[in-house]
Amino acid sequence: MEKMNSLFPSIVSRPQNSGLMNFFVPIISIVLTLITGSIIFVLLGFDPVYALYTFFISPISSTYGISELFVKATPLALIAIGLSYCFKNNIYNIGAEGQLTMGAIFGGGIGILFHDTNAFWLLPLMIFAGAIGGALWGLIPAILKTKFNTNEILTSLMLVYVALFILDYLVVGPWKDPFGYSFPKSRPFSESGRMPLLFDGLRVHFGLIITLFLILVSWFIFSKTIFGFQLKVSGYSPKAARYAGFNQTTLVFFAFAICGAFAGIAGLAEVSGPIGLLYRDISPNYGFTAIIVAFLGRLHPIGIIFASLVIALTYLGAEDAQLFLQIPSAVGFIFQGLVLFYLLGAELLINYKLTYKKLL
Amino acid sequence: MNLDLILGILQIVLIATTPLVFAGIGELVTEKSGVLNLGVEGMMLVGAVSAFIILVITGSYFLAFFVSILSGIIMSGLFAFLVLFLMSNQIATGLALTIFGIGLSSMLGKQYIGTPIDGLSPWFFVIFSFLIVFLVSYFFYKTKAGLILRAVGESHNSAHALGYSVIKIRFLSILFGGSMCALAGSYISICYAPMWQEGMTAGRGWIALALVVFATWKPERVLIGAYIFGGVTILQMNLQALGLRFPGQFFSMAPYVATIIVLVLISSNKLRIKLSAPASLTIPFYKGR
Repeated sequence: MEKMNSLFPSIVSRPQNSGLMNFFVPIISIVLTLITGSIIFVLLGFDPVYALYTFFISPISSTYGISELFVKATPLALIAIGLSYCFKNNIYNIGAEGQLTMGAIFGGGIGILFHDTNAFWLLPLMIFAGAIGGALWGLIPAILKTKFNTNEILTSLMLVYVALFILDYLVVGPWKDPFGYSFPKSRPFSESGRMPLLFDGLRVHFGLIITLFLILVSWFIFSKTIFGFQLKVSGYSPKAARYAGFNQTTLVFFAFAICGAFAGIAGLAEVSGPIGLLYRDISPNYGFTAIIVAFLGRLHPIGIIFASLVIALTYLGAEDAQLFLQIPSAVGFIFQGLVLFYLLGAELLINYKLTYKKLL
Repeated sequence: MNLDLILGILQIVLIATTPLVFAGIGELVTEKSGVLNLGVEGMMLVGAVSAFIILVITGSYFLAFFVSILSGIIMSGLFAFLVLFLMSNQIATGLALTIFGIGLSSMLGKQYIGTPIDGLSPWFFVIFSFLIVFLVSYFFYKTKAGLILRAVGESHNSAHALGYSVIKIRFLSILFGGSMCALAGSYISICYAPMWQEGMTAGRGWIALALVVFATWKPERVLIGAYIFGGVTILQMNLQALGLRFPGQFFSMAPYVATIIVLVLISSNKLRIKLSAPASLTIPFYKGR
């Protein structure tokens, strides 16, 4: 074995994380994903240059396309920054999709209740209700984790299914549009219950401004407040955090509530933005994909903004690939899975360095 | 209540529960070696779609199950490479495996949605699922190799110091888990509901993960847990079919709610979880110093 080590690099733990690699690893993983993607396209019998162009360039080569990129990136970035509160502290909330759904139900419920009211307070009330709905749904796994020692990965995930069934019940049952010809959808919200559009004729909406604002606030919390510091310390070393007297229960509650509220606002922004009513499939897995965005952005606010744009592009690219290349749009999920694989693999370079032992 | 009805329901419960047993026992072996693989759902889906496609193309049940298990070995091998050799975060890597598996299975299976096949009788697999649980139990508690595997899961540093290859043992355990998950998937697409549909495993992979906690990492208890969940699923389907004046969605969420309740009941005893969970679970093994 010792002789083998001289041929292959051996892995040595770094005394301190490499800041340079912290920056380069996401870029390395995106490049590797593109290379793998072109290999997949070749195997499927496509010209890789044309396929990659269709997937990654043509969707954003128009003003409308760029607006769509921001429409998709908005919920991804908002949920991902919420997830950072959990992941920084090694709390694995993977049920953001359920919290998003519950936010859409609470906020959308207000919108349906006041469907014939036009008033300035309606949208703020809906946003508030969305945040409350998401936060309450997020607090369930937090309570189960802190009071009953229950694994939050499994409970938060199970609650996704429960939330989706509740939404399904509401839109085919009590909240069904009475003029909707028995389609499973609710009444449309009133005009003042809709997110204002930022530009005429484009779908990008006020949710983007809310997202940027909450990212800014989170940046401040992470880098300038004691709460942010406590989150980081208990993530790195739970023992040190306990010794310093940080209350882990409080941290878990806050992390879940904030993440749930952000996901809830993202859900409400979806239904009151592009959609305008409640129906069954309000989210194309934004809550799950945001997990990738959070990791790809390295739980850093700026990183998450860029990561959300990259991953949003895989959504648009997958739609175009289906339209022009007849490749099933699920190929978008493959790219998302691949980028996360490469990212996790390449993280080795942050915590360890590769050295070649000298041959004797 | 006549006997035929009871026997009929019992049959359906046996058929519906079998995939949970396969996936649960596979994940249990992986976790016993100290590795948490959250990719169960993804591996089941890829297993399901690959078995279905091979059956449609070749018409051979043997080849279908063979290729499906191979797909499980490849998927879990990818996971094993990342977590064992690149020491990546097991939780995130497992999630990536599930997302990747969802995408891969729907892409591969797109043109096979709605293709009819002749389903295979499930009874061989039902019996095999009981057998495999007892084999795993025997392996763990009556053989030396099983003892070594458990030792690696409890304390990889001690096992390493005694001269056992932690990486090799974990690698094999992950591959066993992957092949069992793929078998569960292929059972669903070929025996249970002979068809292919996107996301057709419907969260069973996650329930299998919950089963391992429920079983407090003991093989035989996976059977008990699986049959509780299988029973609840079939019960809610039957109650829904009776057409009670109660919305069907509330029945459909029953298995997921039941999972949460059972997890809470089991986990609230902190000491029991601490004593029964493999002590090295999710901790990467790093040889250097």
